Amino acid sequence: MSAPLDIGFDYTRSVGPVLGRFMTALAQRRILGARGSDGRVHVPPVEYDPDTAEPTGELVDVAAEGTVVSWSWVTDPLPGQPVQRPFAWALVRLDGADTAMLHALDTGGDPTSVHTGQRVRVRWADEPVGHIRDIAYFVPVADPPTDPAPTAPAPPAADTGADDNTVDTVVTPVHLNYTHSASLEESRYLRALADGRLLGQRCPACRKIYIPPRGACPTCGVPTTDEAELPDTGIVTTFCIVNVPFLGQRIAPPYVGAYILLDGADIPFLHLVLGCEASEVRMGMRVRAAWKPREEWSTSLENIAHFEPTGEADAPYASYADHL
Amino acid sequence: MTEVAVVAFAQAPNVRRTHGTTNGVEMLVPIFDEVYTRTGLSKTDIGFWCSGSSDYLAGRAFSFISAVDAIGAFPPIHESHVEMDAAWALYEAWLKIRMGEVDTALVYGFGKSSAGELRRVLSLQLDPYTVAPLWPDSVSIAALQARLGLESGRWTEQDLAEVAARNRRDAAGNPRAQFGGETDVAALLESTPIADPLRRHDIAPVTDGAAVIVLAAADRARDLADRPAVISGIDHRIDTPSLGARDLTTSPSTRLAGDAVGTDGVEVAELHAPFTHQELIVRHELGLGDAVRINPSGGTLTGNPMFSAGLARIGEAAQRILDGDATRTLGHATSGPALQQNLVTVLERG
Repeated sequence: MSAPLDIGFDYTRSVGPVLGRFMTALAQRRILGARGSDGRVHVPPVEYDPDTAEPTGELVDVAAEGTVVSWSWVTDPLPGQPVQRPFAWALVRLDGADTAMLHALDTGGDPTSVHTGQRVRVRWADEPVGHIRDIAYFVPVADPPTDPAPTAPAPPAADTGADDNTVDTVVTPVHLNYTHSASLEESRYLRALADGRLLGQRCPACRKIYIPPRGACPTCGVPTTDEAELPDTGIVTTFCIVNVPFLGQRIAPPYVGAYILLDGADIPFLHLVLGCEASEVRMGMRVRAAWKPREEWSTSLENIAHFEPTGEADAPYASYADHL
Repeated sequence: MTEVAVVAFAQAPNVRRTHGTTNGVEMLVPIFDEVYTRTGLSKTDIGFWCSGSSDYLAGRAFSFISAVDAIGAFPPIHESHVEMDAAWALYEAWLKIRMGEVDTALVYGFGKSSAGELRRVLSLQLDPYTVAPLWPDSVSIAALQARLGLESGRWTEQDLAEVAARNRRDAAGNPRAQFGGETDVAALLESTPIADPLRRHDIAPVTDGAAVIVLAAADRARDLADRPAVISGIDHRIDTPSLGARDLTTSPSTRLAGDAVGTDGVEVAELHAPFTHQELIVRHELGLGDAVRINPSGGTLTGNPMFSAGLARIGEAAQRILDGDATRTLGHATSGPALQQNLVTVLERG
C-alpha cells in the first residue's frame, strides 16, 4: 500500500547582523555585498570570508544590474521556483560585486534569448518584505519580456525589530510531496484493520510477536514471516496524563495516552485510554478496544477510537515487567 | 596506530523504484546477510555500526531509527549515524578502529530517492537564507557548472558523451547496475538537452539502493578475507557553500584530499560523479592519468543510490583488491551541490 505524504512547514530563521542588513536593504530595493578580507565583494553577503575565515567587513551597495556568468535552462519549473514559466537559472555578477549570485532569469520563456555575458537587471517584487524573493527575478537589459512572469506565491512578511525596520527573521515555507509506502507486512496489517482484525507477526527466531509488524525482528534482525492474529484486549503497561493543550489536539485535557500491550503481543503501541477518570488509569489495568462504527473503518488503527477499562483484575507487574 | 581494512562489500540492486519502505530494511537485510556469509561474522561480532541516510528522502523525522531493525539491535549496540553519504559514516568507523576502540565495524547507507522528487528535495541542502528559498534543483545547478566548463573550453559535449558511453559500457558487466550497454556517442549528442546544456546521458538516474561495507583492524582482517583491502589513506575536505564565490570548473577540496592520501600508482579509481562533467573534474583534480581504469563498475551515472553511492564507490574499489584484480585502488565520494564536499580513500593489497 502507498499513499501521498504531503508535508509543509514555515521555516522561521533569525538572520544575524550581516544577512539582517542584506534583507533589510532588499525590502528597500537595494542590494548589499560584504567585503572580504582580500577586498572582494561577496553578493549575497557571507559572514566569513570563504578563503581566510576572517569575518567580512563593511557592507557596500552594489548595482541591481549585472552580467550573466553561467546559465541553465528550465523547461518545466518546479513548485516554489521564482518564475513559473520556462526560464533560466543564472549566476549573475552584479556591477560592484566580485562573486556571482544565483537567481532566476526570465526571457518570456525563450531559451534563445539567454547567453553568457548578457546584461541583466533585477525585476523587484511588487511588495518587498525583506527576503531573497524580493528580487522577483532578473530580466535582460535589452529587450526584456513585455509581460510580467508568473511567479511562485510570495513568502510571508518577515519580522522587523521593535525599534526600527531592521529585518530580524525570514520566513520560508517549505512544502514537500512524497509517496509513502507501507511494507508488505504493514500493508497486510492495515488491510486487516479495515476488517476489524488485529494482525501481527511472529519472529521465527525468538518467537516474539510484533504489532504493528516490523518486517525484521528488531531483536534478531531476521525477517518476520509468520502472521499472528491478536485479540482486541490487553493491558496498560505505562501511561501519561496529558494536561497540556497543543495545536491539533482532538480531546480536551486531561486525558490518558498509554502503551497498550495486547494479549499475546510482545510490543506495546501507543493509544488513548478513555471511559474512566484519568486519575483511575493504572499500570497493569485491563482494557478493551472501543471500535468506531463499522461504516467509519478504514485501513487505520484509528478504527479503534480508544481503549477502555474492562473492569477485570489488574495484571500482576511480573507479567509485563519485560515489556516496559 | 591500527591499520584498517575493508573485508567485505555488498550492495542492493540499483533500481528506479523499490516497493519497500523508506526505512530501507527490505534492502538492508539481504546485503547484511551477504557480508555475514562472506566474513563468517554475525551481528554480535560487530564492534561498531555506522550509517548514512537522510530524513529528507523519507519525509519523516528520525527515519534512520527504523533501519536499525535490520540489525537486530538487542542487546543494545554501539551505533552512530551521519546525515550524509555513508562514505562519511565509513570515515567515522575508520576513526573508531584507528583509535583502538573496536576492531570491527559495519557501515551502511540507504535511500529511497523515488519516494519524493529528488532534484527538488536536494535544493534544501543549499544555503537556507539566500539560495534554498528559490528552490534551485540539483540538476540545474550542475548544468550551470557544466556550461562554465563548456564555454571555457575545459570540456566539450563530445567529452561528456564519451564519459557517459564508457560508464554505460562498463555497467553492462555489473549485475547490480541500473542499466548499461553499448551506446553511440553521436546518437547521444543528437538528443535534446533536458536541462540545457545537460542531456539525459549527462545526469545520473534516480535510484533506490543501499550498500554495506565491513571494516576490520588489519590483524583481524586476515581472518575475515583472503585479500583484505587496507585503507592506506582517507581524507575529506569541503569548499565554500557560496556557489558564486568559487570556480565551479575546479574542485579544490578534491585536490586537497587527493594530495593528502597520495594518488600515485593507483590502478583503478571509482569516482562518485552524478554528472558526466564532474567525473572529468574529479579525475583531473586527483591527477589520474590515462592508465588509470575509471569506474569499471559503471559508476554513479548508471546507478545513483543517494547516501550509499559514495560508500559503494569505496566498496567497488575495495572489491578489485578483494578479488585479486588490483593492488592499489581509489574510491571517491562527493556530497552537496556541484562537488562541494569530497572524500578520497586509497586502498592497498594488505
